[in-house]
Amino acid sequence: MREPTSTPDAIHSDAFLARLMRDQLKLSIACALCFIVALVALPLLNYFQPAFMAQRVFGFTLSWLILGVLFFPFVWIISFVFIKRSIALEVAEAQAATKDGAKR
Amino acid sequence: MSLPLASLFLAELGKVDPWIAICSLATVFVTVGMGFWSAGKSKNAGDFFVAGRSVSVGWNASAISGEYLSAASFMGVAGMVMATGYDALWYPVCYACGYLFLLLFIAGPLRRFGAYTIPDFAEGRYDSPLFRKIAVCFVLFIGFFYTMPQMKGAGTTLAYIFPGLPYWAGVVVVGAVITLNVSLGGMKGITLVQAFQYWLKVFAITVPIFVLASIVGHYEDHVSANKTAFETAASAPANIERKALPAKAPKDEQWISPFGKLTTKAVDASIAAAPTPEAKAALEANKKPFSLLYTYSLIIALVCGTAGLPHILVRFYTNPDGVAAKRTTMWVMILIGVFYVFPPVYGVIGRSLTPELYDAVGAKGTDKVVLELPTLLAGKNHALLGSVLSGITCAGAFAAFMSTFSGLLVSMTGALAHDVYGRMLKPDSTPEQRLRAFKWAAVIIGAVSILLGMQVEALEINFMVGQAFAIAAASYFPLLFMSVWWRGMTMPGAAAGMLGGGVSALLAITMTSISDVAAAGAKKITDVAQLAAFWQDHPVAKSLGDMWVAHPLARILCEQPAIWAVPLSITLMIVVSKATAAKVPGDIRMKMLVLHAPEALGLKQEYIKEHEGLSH
Repeated sequence: MREPTSTPDAIHSDAFLARLMRDQLKLSIACALCFIVALVALPLLNYFQPAFMAQRVFGFTLSWLILGVLFFPFVWIISFVFIKRSIALEVAEAQAATKDGAKR
Repeated sequence: MSLPLASLFLAELGKVDPWIAICSLATVFVTVGMGFWSAGKSKNAGDFFVAGRSVSVGWNASAISGEYLSAASFMGVAGMVMATGYDALWYPVCYACGYLFLLLFIAGPLRRFGAYTIPDFAEGRYDSPLFRKIAVCFVLFIGFFYTMPQMKGAGTTLAYIFPGLPYWAGVVVVGAVITLNVSLGGMKGITLVQAFQYWLKVFAITVPIFVLASIVGHYEDHVSANKTAFETAASAPANIERKALPAKAPKDEQWISPFGKLTTKAVDASIAAAPTPEAKAALEANKKPFSLLYTYSLIIALVCGTAGLPHILVRFYTNPDGVAAKRTTMWVMILIGVFYVFPPVYGVIGRSLTPELYDAVGAKGTDKVVLELPTLLAGKNHALLGSVLSGITCAGAFAAFMSTFSGLLVSMTGALAHDVYGRMLKPDSTPEQRLRAFKWAAVIIGAVSILLGMQVEALEINFMVGQAFAIAAASYFPLLFMSVWWRGMTMPGAAAGMLGGGVSALLAITMTSISDVAAAGAKKITDVAQLAAFWQDHPVAKSLGDMWVAHPLARILCEQPAIWAVPLSITLMIVVSKATAAKVPGDIRMKMLVLHAPEALGLKQEYIKEHEGLSH
């Protein structure tokens, strides 16, 4: 998409900015929550269910396997989903804004 | 390199394993060579400060990763896993995951704003030259804090590779090489070098461990050689070799399970000093909850600290646009995630095969397990293989502190040349003058770093890195996060939060380090009368030490301040901004729009317009 020569008035409204920030923040917070829940839950599980977390899985303890190996792919998945959605969101916003501008 | 140093170097070379010497020297020469090569390609100020804003996603992701994986990651993480076990796994995980925070909340908007440096952003967002000065001071402050451990890593590694070479020689050699590179090629030159060094580090950490594991047994087998508290015997396959652990090493059950030595240190010290069995029992009951608290505070410090390190942030400006900035962060997470799986493997296998390292401390102890482990193969009829592999890990260690230091040097030089010279001292300077200023600033900062690096031989690498992270977490992270997402933020609010959080975290950490340094000194004294005299000479450290023993919770909160310092900083920002609401910049809507609107809308404006002079 090429940059328009003059920016449409619609995007200078407070409503547009508020919607823009709200949509992006909503997506960011949703992704952050997945990640924060895992970061908060793992120490809690270690704390309250030590025997369960100490069971052997492929030679590791369950807790070691999660923190030392599985955590990395988990974060990659979150970031992959975020990037895809976030870029799609930007494209949609840009299209909506230029359409609004054309209507006026 | 000066002549006496060179001759000393050559004399030492004869005594060293030729493979180690060749690999280390090759790393240095390739780094210098790439610096000269890229010098021809870096022409204007934009190339030097932000690599012409045209670094592709692949290069930039490799370069950020190369910059990020420091000596602490390459050697320190393995050493800590070996020394303290499970709890140390939080370090690599949070180092890697802190990037997610960057990606979700900061990367895109920051790039879209189009500033050169963090101080540019600070001034641009709040229209306040004063705030630029405050931000410059913080960039330099955190930068030097993080530089010192890198320098220490350089000094100790070189002294390890070439026994007999003094500590300062390593600091000078590495400092001089990187300073030369930065002043020759600036950001553009360093991007190339760092990208190369990322791949070198990944190669150096993976290849030796794969070879080693295929000979001495795999990661999971060595983990299973440690029995948990719920098992009666270890379940490792019979062919896994394990040497007897010295008395200083943590026991299996402690090492493999969460809430071990790392997090219970403070309470353990109090229990040891408790006068009555009842008092001991009461403290024992607190042990686990306090460990949990320590773990959470550590997580917050590492995750938020990663998102706030200035030398990482400055790289986002080298992306062509906000979408590229986001894609870059995604790749960085994959690249450093792949890397961080491996250092703990060295720690685990090192616990089985090189337990003698537990008896020494710091650079001579578990910290060098990455360098030490490949040499074991020599004892298993693979002498040549062992030499080649330890040569490779040494090259990786070199790449580690060289690339992180070059990143720090670029960001600090940028702050000095662009913000101090270009904006404060000589606002009407021409691009040529600013380019010359960049080169001079690189030399000045490089020299100061070398001098500082020579002073810190006695301090621990991981400890210094932890301090830098905690301070960044309580100052820069809240500043960036709140500035990007809250339009009601004012300059006094931002400054109060950043300084309040950063300074209180610094004070808390300094209090623990004063008593720790004194305690380390006291440990060396065996004579009772001398010991009493020593403590008399250090009254502050003594009273601090007594206070920690009496209040282990206070000790934990001061050692890991992030859990209260980050909320403190954010609260200060909100309260002070509300009180000074009249000072919200008048064109705040436009600023927010630039931060958040998709670039396709054509709002993108480079904050610094190189070709239009510096009037705005």
